[in-house]
Amino acid sequence: MKFSRIIASSGEWLSGDGPNRQIVVSSRVRLARNLREKPFPGWAKKAERLDVMRLVKEAVEQLPEMSESYSENLEALSPLEKQVLVERHLISREHAAKGVGSAVVTNAPQSLSVMINEEDHLRMQAIRCGLQLDKVFEMINRVDSELEEVLDFAFDAELGYLTACPTNVGTGMRASAMLHLPGLVMSDQINKIVNSVNKIGLAVRGLHGEGTEAMGNLFQVSNQTTLGETEEEIIGRLTRVIEQILEHEQNARALLAQRKSVTLHDQIGRAYGVLSHAYSMSSKEALNLLSVIKLGVDLKVFPDAHRFPIDELFIETQPAHLQKGAGTQKMSAEERDTLRASIIRAKLSQVPEPDIARLQAAAPEPTEQ
Amino acid sequence: MQCDVCKTKEATVFLTQIVEGKMQKVNLCESCSKEKGVNDPTGFALADLLLGLGSAQEIEKNPAALKCPVCGFTQADFKKTGRLGCSACYAVFSDGLAGMLKNMHKGTAHTGKTPREFQNARKHGEAMKTLQKSLDQAVAAEEYERAADIRDQIRQIEAEIQA
Repeated sequence: MKFSRIIASSGEWLSGDGPNRQIVVSSRVRLARNLREKPFPGWAKKAERLDVMRLVKEAVEQLPEMSESYSENLEALSPLEKQVLVERHLISREHAAKGVGSAVVTNAPQSLSVMINEEDHLRMQAIRCGLQLDKVFEMINRVDSELEEVLDFAFDAELGYLTACPTNVGTGMRASAMLHLPGLVMSDQINKIVNSVNKIGLAVRGLHGEGTEAMGNLFQVSNQTTLGETEEEIIGRLTRVIEQILEHEQNARALLAQRKSVTLHDQIGRAYGVLSHAYSMSSKEALNLLSVIKLGVDLKVFPDAHRFPIDELFIETQPAHLQKGAGTQKMSAEERDTLRASIIRAKLSQVPEPDIARLQAAAPEPTEQ
Repeated sequence: MQCDVCKTKEATVFLTQIVEGKMQKVNLCESCSKEKGVNDPTGFALADLLLGLGSAQEIEKNPAALKCPVCGFTQADFKKTGRLGCSACYAVFSDGLAGMLKNMHKGTAHTGKTPREFQNARKHGEAMKTLQKSLDQAVAAEEYERAADIRDQIRQIEAEIQA
């Protein structure tokens, strides 16, 4: 499959349906695996990396799940194409920095992707819409079991799956959910939530994982430990915490609608106004304003039919997607900001003005805490 | 009580931190506590200190730094990168890693998914442990007939593993 075909359609997780999808944008589970006694990618010489890549790539391409897939060596991709894959969460930022000896394989719906020779020989992930970490784990677990039949994974009876970094040893699993939490941000509760989640051994990060800023009120919650618990226990613990955050977010939204309705109307109205009329917009500003529009859709201020086009803008307005869409390799930041604003204006012209009356009608009663 | 860092002076600062429900303690003398910045409770993580302690001791114990026979990775490489060289490194550096893993994770033993080819080995390993225990008990209680039975079971499992 060609790169152009992969990027022509958005990932299944963006358009699909799943439990609590208004707040939980996506659920993702990643497994780290290595081949026995082969040096890890960071320590291997080029020839060794190429050997491992050939072996692993062939095994991955044979998977029934990958019957229709996109598979490419990283040195064959331009920096721009790599960045597009990062913006789609198909590869990590670390992987995008790799060249000869690394590869990526992803299925057509982009629900499954395997990074070869990232920090570990294999980093495979499954991603779906909404809160369904258990289903997503099932999906990636099946792939892992299939690969285990043909590849000799480094496994120790005591320590479990052996990984390049000791922080991943054991299950080698990182389960995460991307949460859209404008209610908690607007009501200044987000820091409290982030701190308490960190205290119980879970991590909260920005849009693109470790060390990235939270933009567009999007937060990634994931497990931090991988040894001493089963995969099911980790996922169960994480899911329960996410369900609590969900409840807090819903409550914060209800409280805002009831007690700070003017502020909320004002924010939604301003976001709509700026997005509809701006002629230059940075990706950060775009994400933050789109987040408010997304909240507006959740609160029924905008018709639900506009949910998908708005969600799509979150990805389409990212720098590499813009540039790829424009078909040019070189674009200055100013040119991108202009293009971004014009794409957003075109889409927003299809969305009717916010209907504030519907907000009042739709707002649920906040539960006292 | 001796200071955990310099191991010479008398400890006068006693720290207790609860990290993820696990209590961790460290005893320090006046000068070491200042050096480690204990006075500033916000910028101080006991886990980091303990982690640092473990690796520093490890290096002292092995002046001729350990080296992985499979991939050539050394202790110094690990200190520099925070990553290991290959899967065999886990056995080579196991002493230094043990304390680190304990502080990093919820437990020290893997309880999750096991590849199919290891599942029998794990089952056998557990069965052997239980049998060995009852064998010891039987011998201690001088129940030699029962001990002989258990020994036969152990031999059978050993034969299965061989096969």
